[in-house]
Amino acid sequence: MKEDNKNNIISEGATVDAVWAILKTINDPEIPVLSITDLGVIRNVGIQNQTDSSEPIITITITPTYSGCPAMDLISVQIKMAMIAAGFHQTKIEQALSPAWTTDWITENGKQQLKAYGIAPPVGKSFDNAYLEDLAIECPQCNSKNTTLISAFGSTACKALFKCNDCKEPFDYFKCH
Amino acid sequence: MTTLNKINYLLHLADNALIIGHRCSEWCGHGPVLEQDIAISNIALDYIGQARNFYQYAAEIINSENDPSLGFVLPATEDSLAYLRDTPDFKNNLIVELPNGDWAVTTLRLFLFSTYQFYLYNQLVNDADTQLSAIAEKSLKEVTYHLRWSGDWVIRLGDGTEESKLKIEKAIEYLWPYTGEMFINNDDSISSDWNKKLSSIFHDATLTIPAKSWMQEGGLKGIHTEHLGYILAEMQYLQRAYPNSEW
Repeated sequence: MKEDNKNNIISEGATVDAVWAILKTINDPEIPVLSITDLGVIRNVGIQNQTDSSEPIITITITPTYSGCPAMDLISVQIKMAMIAAGFHQTKIEQALSPAWTTDWITENGKQQLKAYGIAPPVGKSFDNAYLEDLAIECPQCNSKNTTLISAFGSTACKALFKCNDCKEPFDYFKCH
Repeated sequence: MTTLNKINYLLHLADNALIIGHRCSEWCGHGPVLEQDIAISNIALDYIGQARNFYQYAAEIINSENDPSLGFVLPATEDSLAYLRDTPDFKNNLIVELPNGDWAVTTLRLFLFSTYQFYLYNQLVNDADTQLSAIAEKSLKEVTYHLRWSGDWVIRLGDGTEESKLKIEKAIEYLWPYTGEMFINNDDSISSDWNKKLSSIFHDATLTIPAKSWMQEGGLKGIHTEHLGYILAEMQYLQRAYPNSEW
């Protein structure tokens, strides 16, 4: 019943806020605690209302985290599915490369979610050359800054592998990009 | 720049990314240790992604021209450009198609080439063509990681054991004649920046930069080493044998 209400409200008049609320419920397939809105890959939501009172065409612009990120196709499918479930059948997904996605766009909430999940969130701002410095990355388990880089490349394109010298746990670092 | 020149330039950038990405992917499951296997597979993925962006853009221009005399399968797609062009159509630099050899050849090649890409993309970011500059902007971030990772390996091998040094010196000797081709048709600043970076990393690696010598070329004109045909045979086999198959 609740679902029906939601559908009715939206099909009566789609608003950008309503679409964002739907997008917020979609999680990144690789990091299931992080919503795609917190990840910062949603660039824009456009609504084109039709004059003949048929369904509005909704254009959602996404941006890839990395050029070869295989999750982007899946995210596009998930968005379309979620939109259909909410009563929108006319959703177009567009991809924008510029300005290039940066970890600066991960929200504060997103960073906290990452840490709670055991992934150290990105440290510092991207692309002021700080990524080339050896930053002190905090262990998401014990908060120690006494950590060592194992590999600049981790289990997915967006992560690096670290270990904590105090609690001895290895952990993923969402690298600054 | 004429439209055909523009398409060919985009294909040159795309082919470079595709072929070096394919070479990196050959290490998947064979890396010396798990972390490095993951690293080079990640790098392969970045390159394939960059290749896709360049091919997609080239296909868009080819289709808007819609002129069969340009010699492309119409309508062009990223797949038709990657899978249905033959060796003489590929415009990649020779250095990216050379076999991986050992870990020294692989990491040194990646260092030499990603340093070049770093300075090239830095320049393309300011290109008047906004789509080209957007792809360069995206790729530059990734190439920066490739450069750092491969540079670290050059230092580690050069300034490592007697054996590792011997191996990377052999790799330098093998790859050096293929470095000159990267600077054809490019601004001198790219070659001088590349040389500066090379000097600094080779210094840390206690390695010597070879003397100026005769350089191999031909890739830009479609004249390739015998190695490219083998890569394409493996990569294109499925689409050639079963056209338009998907899975």
